[in-house]
Parts: sequence; C-alpha cells; structure tokens
Amino acid sequence: MGHLIANAWLRGLVHGALLITVLMTAVAWISWFERKFAARVQSRLGPTMVGPAGLLQPIADAFKMFQKEDIIPRGADSLLFRLAPPLTLFLSLATAAVLPIMPGMLASDLDIGVLYALAFSGLLAFPIWVAGWSSANKYALLGGMRMVAQGISYEIPMVLCALVPVVVTGSLSLSEIVKYQAAHHWLVFWPPGIGVIAFVLFFTTALAESNRIPFDIPEAESELVAGPTTEYTAIRFGLFASAEYAHSVVSCALASALFLGGWDGPVLPPSVWMLLKTAALFVIVTWVRWSLLRLRSDQLMALCWKYLVPVSLALVLGAGAWVYVVG
Amino acid sequence: MLSTYLPALLMLVVATVFAVGIFTLTSVLGTKHMTPEKAIPYESGSESDGANQIRLSVKFYLTAILFVVFDIEAVFLYPWASIFRQLGWFGLVEMFAFIGSLAITLLYAWKKGALEWEK
Repeated sequence: MGHLIANAWLRGLVHGALLITVLMTAVAWISWFERKFAARVQSRLGPTMVGPAGLLQPIADAFKMFQKEDIIPRGADSLLFRLAPPLTLFLSLATAAVLPIMPGMLASDLDIGVLYALAFSGLLAFPIWVAGWSSANKYALLGGMRMVAQGISYEIPMVLCALVPVVVTGSLSLSEIVKYQAAHHWLVFWPPGIGVIAFVLFFTTALAESNRIPFDIPEAESELVAGPTTEYTAIRFGLFASAEYAHSVVSCALASALFLGGWDGPVLPPSVWMLLKTAALFVIVTWVRWSLLRLRSDQLMALCWKYLVPVSLALVLGAGAWVYVVG
Repeated sequence: MLSTYLPALLMLVVATVFAVGIFTLTSVLGTKHMTPEKAIPYESGSESDGANQIRLSVKFYLTAILFVVFDIEAVFLYPWASIFRQLGWFGLVEMFAFIGSLAITLLYAWKKGALEWEK
C-alpha cells in the first residue's frame, strides 16, 4: 500500500488536519444544501438573503453561534456537560480516519478498518447520553436514554450487515474491500440478492445510528424539546449539530466503500467517484428525512429486533453459503 | 503496528485542538449576561418540577442486556468472517450451528416478551 506521505506521524497529522478541514467545510455547506432541499420539498425558497442563493448562510450561522451566550444550567455536572460536545465531534471525525478516499490516500490503512469504523460509530451514542445525563433536565435525560437504546439496538444489524462484505472479501481492511470490488464485483450486486439487501439494511441502520428521520425519536421536538441537547446553547450546540452531519456523511462514505465499490468507476478520477457516491447517498438521506414521518419508540424497537436482526443473521449465513459454493 | 494506529490517535489531538480553539473563541466573542432564571432547567416555559428525578422504564435496561448478548456474538463472528475462505466446510458448518443457536436465543427472548416495548 503506497502512501503519498511516508512518515506515519506526518501523515497522521496532515490527514487529520485535512480531514477535519474538509469535513467541517463540507458539513457547513451540507447544512445549506439540506435547508434548500427541505425548502423545495415544502414549496419554500429557503435561505436567500446571505450571499447568492443564500450560499454564505453557513458562515453567518457560525458567527451567530460564536456570539451567543454559553449557559451551563443549574445542577448540571459541569465537567461532563463541557466534555460531551467535543467528544461527540471527535468520535464522528475519528471514524473518518479509515475511509479510503482514493488508492493510497487514507489517514490510516488499518487491517481492521471495518471493525474500527463500526466501533467508533457505535461509541457515538454514549457522549450524547452523557450530554443528556449531565444536563440535569428530565427531557434531556429521557432523550439520552432513548438515544442509547436506539443506538445499541441498531448497532447489531449494522455490524451483521457489514459482515457480508467481510465474508465475501475475506478482509477487514476497507482499502482491501474496495480493491476486491474494483477487481471483481461491487458488493451491492454480489452475492446477487444478498448484497443488495445487506446494503439497504446497512444504510437503514446507518440512518438510525445518526438519528435521522424516521429514526429521530430521541430528539422528538413535540415531546422532548430537543432531546439530549436541550440545555446546550451557542457553539456547544453547534458542535452537536455538526457532529451529527459529519456522522451522516461518514456513514454514507462507509456504505459506499463497503457496498458501492468505493473509488472504483470509469473515466473520472477515483476520489471523484468516492465523493459522488457519498454525495448521492447523502441526497437520499436528506430526501428520506423530509419525506417520512417519525417512528414511535415501540415501532422502532420492533423494527430492529423482530425484522432487521433476524434478516441480517440470515444474510450472514447466506453470504457464507454463497462463498462456500460459488467462491 | 503502532504506525497504522498513529493517525487515528493524532485525530484525537487535532480534534482536541480544534475544540479548545473554538471554545476559546466563543468565550471571547460570546455574550455574558447570566441571570438566575437562565440556569433553570428548560421545560418549555412551565415551571420546573424537580430537575431530573424521574424513574426510567425498566425496558431500557432489558434492551441493554439484549445488546450485550448479541453484540458479543457479533464480535465472535468477525474473526470467523475474515478467515472463512481458509476454513472451508468446517467453517460453514460451525457457523450454521453458531448462528442457529443465536436464532434460538432470539426466538426465546421474543417468546418471553423481551422484544415488546409496551405490554
């Protein structure tokens, strides 16, 4: 695996800084895109005032959040309350470290990349719970509990669906999985049928993990104000919002790397393909968000445990049998 | 070995620097007009009746136990999946037995009503 920068320390620092810059910039304009998209869905115009077509709105938003008052509520656990937002952001960015953007360019080519990405993605439920618990607010606490219940439940089908590419390619490294897809088949088509179901389930559970509608009961505003982040103001709230977007984007990129061939594609350069696939998946995420309704808590749990878990178990077996018989 | 994990660790450093940076910036730029009312737990405008002294449903804990059971099984599946091609038919049979017992576990939990959020 030839890296563009040979020294591991330097590569880590450069990629880390680059990833944070690119992701945070992307997140800012993704929020613009989402507002424009939502507006179109609801026959509105969305942001129009700041810059051409409202394109400078994210910068205005950032300045606004910097100027707001930072309030720590009475009875809150001050240390944990302060720690939760940066921890959330760190976990969603850390997942990005193993994403293969193009051949030879990923911050760390871990041989257990899949496991690493899923572990950090799964951990994300906990700083948000910490936020809910340390706020000393009953809505925040309830939202945090719902968040953990949902996060850990949907982690199981997610982990099982991500096993399908691992069984087929025999590797836990994301760059190896993408290379296999470039050389053989995209895993969404292979094994036929099983691949596409695994992809759809993985994408659905990724939606649930990043608390997007229809899986956003932890922050159902009609019953829990803003869920775990109710008491957060100013840039601390901004950090949660950007972490959520960053996690959505990273999940989309992970799904493209695992199932849609990652950087593989004709004519265009590899990194462009990776970005295009990720962007296409993110458009679907946004589309789903502004088209569907929220599921109730009991529906959410029933969907996960009674449908997704058994089906994903069957998928792993099916993929194993396919690899054994067909190879 | 260490060198592959370094970039991930350095992400922590970069993210910490980033977080400290923007918190410093917001403490410089931000408004500071604290009043006792602002520190009251926000409950949509009605007066707070005790901050977070609420009893949580036992269902949350049951979900946590189910998670521990199934997530540990999932962890066992990963080493199997990565060397599945070398294991041949033994790996396949073994996995059918393992996932079969998992399916029975799930069925048992289902019949016992552990998967029902509301009874």
